[in-house]
Amino acid sequence: MQYLKYLLFGILFGVILVKAEMISWFRIQEMFRLQSFHMYGIIGSAVAVGMLSVWLIRRFNIKTIHGETVVIPDKKFNKGQIYGGLLFGLGWAMTGACPGPLFAQAGTGAAAVGVTILGAIAGTWLYGRFREKLPH
Amino acid sequence: MISFLQQPWPWYVAGPLIGLLVPALLLGGNKTFGISSNFRHICAACAPANIPFFKYNWKKESWNLVFALGILAGGFIAAVWLSDGQPAAIHPALAEELSRFGIYPEAAIVPSSLFGLDQVFTLRGSVLMLGGGLLVGFGTRYAGGCTSGHSIMGLSSLQWPSLVATVAFMAGGFLMANFILPHLLAL
Repeated sequence: MQYLKYLLFGILFGVILVKAEMISWFRIQEMFRLQSFHMYGIIGSAVAVGMLSVWLIRRFNIKTIHGETVVIPDKKFNKGQIYGGLLFGLGWAMTGACPGPLFAQAGTGAAAVGVTILGAIAGTWLYGRFREKLPH
Repeated sequence: MISFLQQPWPWYVAGPLIGLLVPALLLGGNKTFGISSNFRHICAACAPANIPFFKYNWKKESWNLVFALGILAGGFIAAVWLSDGQPAAIHPALAEELSRFGIYPEAAIVPSSLFGLDQVFTLRGSVLMLGGGLLVGFGTRYAGGCTSGHSIMGLSSLQWPSLVATVAFMAGGFLMANFILPHLLAL
């Protein structure tokens, strides 16, 4: 069962998201009103640990458990990161959730979040449908 | 131990643990941390509609769907076994502002006065849930990632387009929370 580890990592992430109140609509409102350091502390320390890990992996050429070289695809710049980023930011402050937290919110039993998830799937579909017409 | 886990976890515990998911996924199978691509995989699996953007082998990315399923299960576990049932302690200024719209802190992680099942068919509820969801799905795919893929994975691997995206996420959030949301809450 090669997927079991991803299930376990997901469970761990879901528990953290709930217990650190990162999926709380109230915490997101505080973040965007600069009323709390909490979310900045979480994202900042997560990035610091992630950065150090990636540096160590590259510096010592640490292989995966299957002995492969670690590959991190490059993100290429396009205007979508600005326009799309702004649109996502608007939605983030409305729903109090980015994509990961949406799944965690639904897991806590907030059934109506299913509507938000359906909205996000529809939004993704619309992007795919009109992708050619959008500035990139 | 269990009562320790039931309290809200401080940022300096949660943040580094999330950061460790980056090397865990890289070393566990050469996977990069990210969630929002799942919405694309679901579109590709369920309604590709001959759209080129959805014509790819999504089954190769099914680990990502399993990861999202895990997040769902983790949310359930945390809510059922690791909850202390206390309402969220929130900033007094925020509490005062929200009370004007009839929104009060509660033990539930999302306020039921906004995101309860009985709110789905109200104007305010549908704008926030469906409208907000559309923006999240459209925006993340347009931006090529979300808080996980850009702000955590992208910044961790020093990719400057991810920094641009993160600044845009925050700008959109500030704009919504401070200037637009008060009008939506008044609906």
